[in-house]
Amino acid sequence: MLVSIYRYNSEKDNVPYMEDVNVDIPEGKDLMVLDVLHLLKAEDSSVTYRRSCREGVCGSDGLNMNGKNGLACITPLSEVVKKDKLVLRPLPGLPVIRDLVVDMSMFYKQYEKIKPFLVNDTPPPAIERLQSPEEREKLDGLYECILCACCSTACPSFWWNPDKFIGPSGLLQAYRFLADSRDTSTAERLADLDDPFSVFRCRGIMNCVSVCPKGLNPTKAIGHIRGMLMQRST
Amino acid sequence: MVASVTSLGRNGLYDWLIQRVTAVILASYTVFLLGYLVLSPDLTFAQWSGLFGHTAMRIFSLLALLSIGAHAWVGLWTISTDYIKPAGIRVCFQAACGVVMFAYVVWGVEILWGL
Repeated sequence: MLVSIYRYNSEKDNVPYMEDVNVDIPEGKDLMVLDVLHLLKAEDSSVTYRRSCREGVCGSDGLNMNGKNGLACITPLSEVVKKDKLVLRPLPGLPVIRDLVVDMSMFYKQYEKIKPFLVNDTPPPAIERLQSPEEREKLDGLYECILCACCSTACPSFWWNPDKFIGPSGLLQAYRFLADSRDTSTAERLADLDDPFSVFRCRGIMNCVSVCPKGLNPTKAIGHIRGMLMQRST
Repeated sequence: MVASVTSLGRNGLYDWLIQRVTAVILASYTVFLLGYLVLSPDLTFAQWSGLFGHTAMRIFSLLALLSIGAHAWVGLWTISTDYIKPAGIRVCFQAACGVVMFAYVVWGVEILWGL
């Protein structure tokens, strides 16, 4: 199989380039893309990428594979390879540090903006703040986000305004805390999202939904935030 | 929170809502006019002029005219903030859009009321 991989080493290369490498895939095995990267690294140890858990939990190995973002460790070749060719690029829209490794500062800055922690100014109970099963159920489909950045870097609104638009991942998390019955700062959280960029730069094209490796739906969460803003201001 | 002084309502929800409401008005106006044209195959100038002389139609037309101004403002402002990165050029583009839209609205009112 032909693998075309994005290479860039700021110490050596003036510009990034695509390197074509033939990789022998063992017969009868459906490897994951991350396994192919391991095979590449065994041949050329300078190939650089992030990985950690190798089972879709840590969110380190978000990549653009044949044009679609996803986690290399849980994307089987059978799902992604076309005409015996695999093109591997870093996540689009973020500065490349080296090869497939991108600088995620902008992404984390947006995450930080939405205050991703429970705020509750009432005195803490002796053991813990309880939720009913129904209240807890509201967090399903929200808390599972692993911050791999596949969604935000597939979003044109985030590409054009990564400093102002929170992005699908951050907004999914924003709604996770807006929907939490234990959080008491709903009004402040909503007030922070009311400008023309933070939420409203979403144009609902749903790239985020199509690429999320965890099957989450940021567009739906953004819709809920809009609904809450409407309820508050109309 | 990102402050913005050149968007229509300086508030995301307001702009978003205006964009939706004006879209519905413009769609209704278009459907109404197309329907009227299809249902009146032997349309005369007197009939056409009579339609636009009617107070309800004048209100509807003015509403559509103001809607297109607001709709275009929100849309073009969004496009300019997506694609035009140098602030100077962006402000000039936004100002030019504002002037053109204002001119069209005034011109439209003159056409409607000058009938």
